[in-house]
Amino acid sequence: MSPDPFPLGPHPHPLGAPLVRREGREKVTGTARYAAEHTPPGCAYGWPVPATVARGRITAVETDEALALPGVCAVLTHENAPRLAATDDPTLSVLQEDRVPHRGWYVALAVADSLEAARAAAEAVRVTYETGEHDVGLSADHPRLYEPETANGGYPGTRERGDFEGAFAAAPVTVDATYTVPPLHNHPMEPHASTARWTDGHLTVHDSSQGSTRVCEDLAALFKLDKDEVTVVSEHVGGGFGSKGTPRPQAVLAAMAARHIGRPVKVSLPRREMPAVVGHRAPTVQRVRLGARDDGVITALSHEIATHTSTVKEFVEQAAVPARIMYTSPNSRTVHRVVPLDVPSPSWMRAPGEAPGMYALESAVDELAVLLDIDPVELRMRNEPDTEPDSDRPFSSRHLVDCLREGAERFGWLPRDPRPAVRRQGDLLLGTGVAAATYPVLIVGSDAEAHADADGSYRIRVNATDIGTGARTVLVQIAAAALNVPEDRIRIEIGSSDLPPAFLAGGSAGTGSWGWVVHKACTQLVARLREHHGPLPAEGLTVAADTRKETAEQSPYSRHSFGATFAEVQVDTATGEVRVRRMLGVYAAGRILNSRTARSQFIGGMTMGLGMALMEGSGLDPAFGDFAECDLASYHVPACADVPLIEAYWLDEEDPHLNPMGSKGIGEIGIVGTAAAIGNAVRHATGVRLRDLPLTPDKVLRHL
Amino acid sequence: MESTHQPADAGGSRSVSDQCSELVLYVNGKPHTLTLDHRATVLDVLREDLGLTGAKKGCDHGQCGACTVLVDGRRANSCLLLAVAQDGRRITTVEGLAEGERLHPLQEAFLERDALQCGYCTPGQICSAVGVLAEAADGFPSHVTPPGTGSGAPVELTDDEIRERMSGNLCRCGAYPRIVEAVGDVSARAGAASWTSGGPAGQGVAS
Amino acid sequence: MKPFGYVRAASIGEAVRAAAGQPEARFLGGGTNLVDLMKLGVETPQLLIDVTRLPLDRIEELPDGGLRIGAMVRNSELAAAAPVRDRYPVLSQALLAGASGQLRNTATTGGNLLQRTRCLYFQDTSKPCNKREPGTGCPARDGAHRDLAVLGHSEHCVATQPSDMAVALAALDATVHLHGPDGERTVAAAEFHRLPGDKPEQDSVIGAGELVTSVQLPPASPGMRSRYRKARDRASFAFALVSVGAVLEVRDGVVRHAALAFGGLAHRPWRARAAEKVLYGAPATEDTFARAADAELAAARPLRDNGFKVPLARNLAVGVLADLADRAARS
Repeated sequence: MSPDPFPLGPHPHPLGAPLVRREGREKVTGTARYAAEHTPPGCAYGWPVPATVARGRITAVETDEALALPGVCAVLTHENAPRLAATDDPTLSVLQEDRVPHRGWYVALAVADSLEAARAAAEAVRVTYETGEHDVGLSADHPRLYEPETANGGYPGTRERGDFEGAFAAAPVTVDATYTVPPLHNHPMEPHASTARWTDGHLTVHDSSQGSTRVCEDLAALFKLDKDEVTVVSEHVGGGFGSKGTPRPQAVLAAMAARHIGRPVKVSLPRREMPAVVGHRAPTVQRVRLGARDDGVITALSHEIATHTSTVKEFVEQAAVPARIMYTSPNSRTVHRVVPLDVPSPSWMRAPGEAPGMYALESAVDELAVLLDIDPVELRMRNEPDTEPDSDRPFSSRHLVDCLREGAERFGWLPRDPRPAVRRQGDLLLGTGVAAATYPVLIVGSDAEAHADADGSYRIRVNATDIGTGARTVLVQIAAAALNVPEDRIRIEIGSSDLPPAFLAGGSAGTGSWGWVVHKACTQLVARLREHHGPLPAEGLTVAADTRKETAEQSPYSRHSFGATFAEVQVDTATGEVRVRRMLGVYAAGRILNSRTARSQFIGGMTMGLGMALMEGSGLDPAFGDFAECDLASYHVPACADVPLIEAYWLDEEDPHLNPMGSKGIGEIGIVGTAAAIGNAVRHATGVRLRDLPLTPDKVLRHL
Repeated sequence: MESTHQPADAGGSRSVSDQCSELVLYVNGKPHTLTLDHRATVLDVLREDLGLTGAKKGCDHGQCGACTVLVDGRRANSCLLLAVAQDGRRITTVEGLAEGERLHPLQEAFLERDALQCGYCTPGQICSAVGVLAEAADGFPSHVTPPGTGSGAPVELTDDEIRERMSGNLCRCGAYPRIVEAVGDVSARAGAASWTSGGPAGQGVAS
Repeated sequence: MKPFGYVRAASIGEAVRAAAGQPEARFLGGGTNLVDLMKLGVETPQLLIDVTRLPLDRIEELPDGGLRIGAMVRNSELAAAAPVRDRYPVLSQALLAGASGQLRNTATTGGNLLQRTRCLYFQDTSKPCNKREPGTGCPARDGAHRDLAVLGHSEHCVATQPSDMAVALAALDATVHLHGPDGERTVAAAEFHRLPGDKPEQDSVIGAGELVTSVQLPPASPGMRSRYRKARDRASFAFALVSVGAVLEVRDGVVRHAALAFGGLAHRPWRARAAEKVLYGAPATEDTFARAADAELAAARPLRDNGFKVPLARNLAVGVLADLADRAARS
């Protein structure tokens, strides 16, 4: 952990050095181009038309008025749009049939010579529907709830060990509480956008995506092309947080429209329409039951969640999964139940599963600590398992206790008066809270090339994506370490499906997956160079590597990052306004590869967790079936004034069971635990346990 | 930022048709004579017509600040400005801040502090910060300025002041703490005022 | 957005003439709400009359000690103006509690007054709304209405006026000056906005083709203290859940003048006349302030999800009045 500002060591910078982002200069000067910022000659603009009913069929689409407007090229509907091949992801089957599965589903696309004309044309399209009764209301006793085979990530939907009911009934101390998390929206600052053009049968798309390899594969399948007939470029991506993990409809719409009119077409989704078509974090109703001995050791643990999915596809937020690895308990039950409603399709949002699941679990642990009058840091230490409770596999590394200890030290956790509602400053009540965090290690096989040029420079090619993580920078650091050359002699190409294919920037898996294959390619290149005698040939030497074999092997270890988040809040007793005063996180996430960019990611995750705790949330409008809070004025994400001092630290964790760098992912763990830490602090401040996020004044004030 | 070049009296836009007008925008010091649909916003003109994609479209409704530019030295959401109504105005975008290869101090500070991640809000943040420095120097108060602060006197940019004043620029990556540091670095350095422009607040009061 | 014509008015008379008899014309100020609504399809003007370059951008001292604020004075300039900060802090504070720095630099005094509700249904043209399309219904009444009215609403509309500035103006007994086809007139700021009744499409009393030319503030007496406070979901850049603007003059522990207005409670800034009746001549104590707030809020008729606004308004009012009284006592 280096203090600010970040000092640089000598070349070559070792892994972990705080190199400045390679593309930083382009970003601060405005020359970094994002997907909608490519305007090929003759480019037209697409503007989508969302369905205005929650369930039904299109009976007519009236486009004459739109087509008569000046500058309008076409209106694509399910009647005239190019036919697409079937796909694994039905959210991409846009304009293929008359069915409307939810409000906001795209039913047409207006295409025109200018943005202004395209918007006007989209407004002029008249769609009539035959509607049916819709149901968008999730409840824990919804009659259509079922237990899915698997939840997101491939985890089993249900797991049971021992005899939960018996142990819970026998436990001297029990907690039985239900927590709710509303639908949450990713809302990356860059709206989903694509610019598509067809040149002699070749489709090129600039797409705002977390992984253009997958976008390329899906577009090729949809348009019945070979993968080498499609190029997808995602050079700079304005955030995604999961919502750009797989292709989204705008890429398909742009490609369709470009083919239809024979010109390049740009489609950038209006902000208000994003919640309906790019995925959201599904709401969860979570019942947590803990049974414990008087010394705080948990003997019975149950985490049952109810959530929704759409009628388009099954997506199950795996919120009960972290309870399988967090705390020792011989008797455990974790269950997911899901109901398909007439709602937009949920998808990934930063730490799917862990973010909402750990909110509930870590709040329940805090409730247990209050009941037992045991310090919540201490209580967690008493429940530290020796092996992963669910599988009994050893942990590759687990330093939760160290994170708690160091965090408590740095935060000044002790001495802490556990009594609630006794720290008053005028109208304000102050309190502190803590929660643990965890996130699994995911590594996916990828391809990369390492090239040595005759002039002594190097080039790395890998289809990594930089969505703000600093992927270019850290991959060059890994290459520099492997090649043992200064990083400024290495160029890197990422962000195009024409490069060696690689996993997407998601699941906190990017750096580990890309870094491994980059390391492998560089290591092999070093060997080749060692064998090579004399000057390099003019074309240099190139080595290609892939890590499919290594990554396919099932690890005998349970591999997770861990962390501890501490928060201090103030609650205004006059208004019910809750504000965070300071927050501190300590993480054990393997080796940190760039301290500058890593710190930013941890803090960024914690900031999104602050939003989840205090202000983020949208509701499904029962009458209309859509998200009522669909724009950035009504769906509040944290503003600068909401975010005070936030500090992130990490342990120097060595874990030989991961990848050559010894790194775990860091993009998501920052959000995990943050909402619980804040909620627990609110309880400490006020004595009131609120279990329904977000903690807005309307919910808080009535208890004060 | 722009030189002292002061455009002639604003207001010369000419109707070309019921729906289009010819007008002049001075963008980063350079005059652009344009014939524009009245519906066109400054943001869309910059991005689609002038190829200046530094100003970003995040929400298109003034709710995120990614489109922030400086108009006659004051920051504004360019997505809500109809271009025709800005005829004759001086517009500075992020592309106009550096002097050749020499970055604006705020651009340097954003890099040094890692005050960005995905970079999409960054140009708006930086333009906004340029505006904040000018507004503070010109004595503009904010919601958190202590009531006793003298009218018209420059406002000291504490962290709280920076947080409040930068709150019109949303950042979903969560770079706020670093942004506050970056703006604070530049604010603290002598000479920051030389980058600012605009007249003192409270002018125009006649008795 | 449909195509529209654009003219730039060179004088007030020219602006008013251009609008006369043209119901589809709109005056363009900063445009921060109008352009927003045009993009949403809520506003569909055929002609925009740009009034931003009219000579209405000055703040002038009036002979009686009051202040005339031109309708085109930008919100940030108004909030920063020395006479406003020094003599009418409630107005400066209200402006600075609203929107963002960028928006305040663009938004005008006149435009701020005329901004429209942020009711989610009003802003969505795919849904019914009596304010946008009279007779179509009000889905907010049973829908998403946490942010909407608890006072003065009707079966036709439960929208709230979103302006912070207007709340301060109502508390300051400001006047709004209009110039229209039938000449000039003046309306009290507290009466400028109206309650929805059966005509929710009318936010205010402004007539067709009338232009706001200025807002005037009466003289501030030396003992007058004022303050604005706003509660919101996030620390900045959010509309008020509830806000309060208060003006108080206390002498010898007794309230000599009181003006109280609420934001976020109603279709207009809610001037709390019932509360003021309790306050006048009463001892400046928390008990008085609580009785005053209760007297006003007794009329509240909360909807399913916005009952929290009543205690919130009460707490804000009591807190602000107590703070002002405390400052009076200490001076």
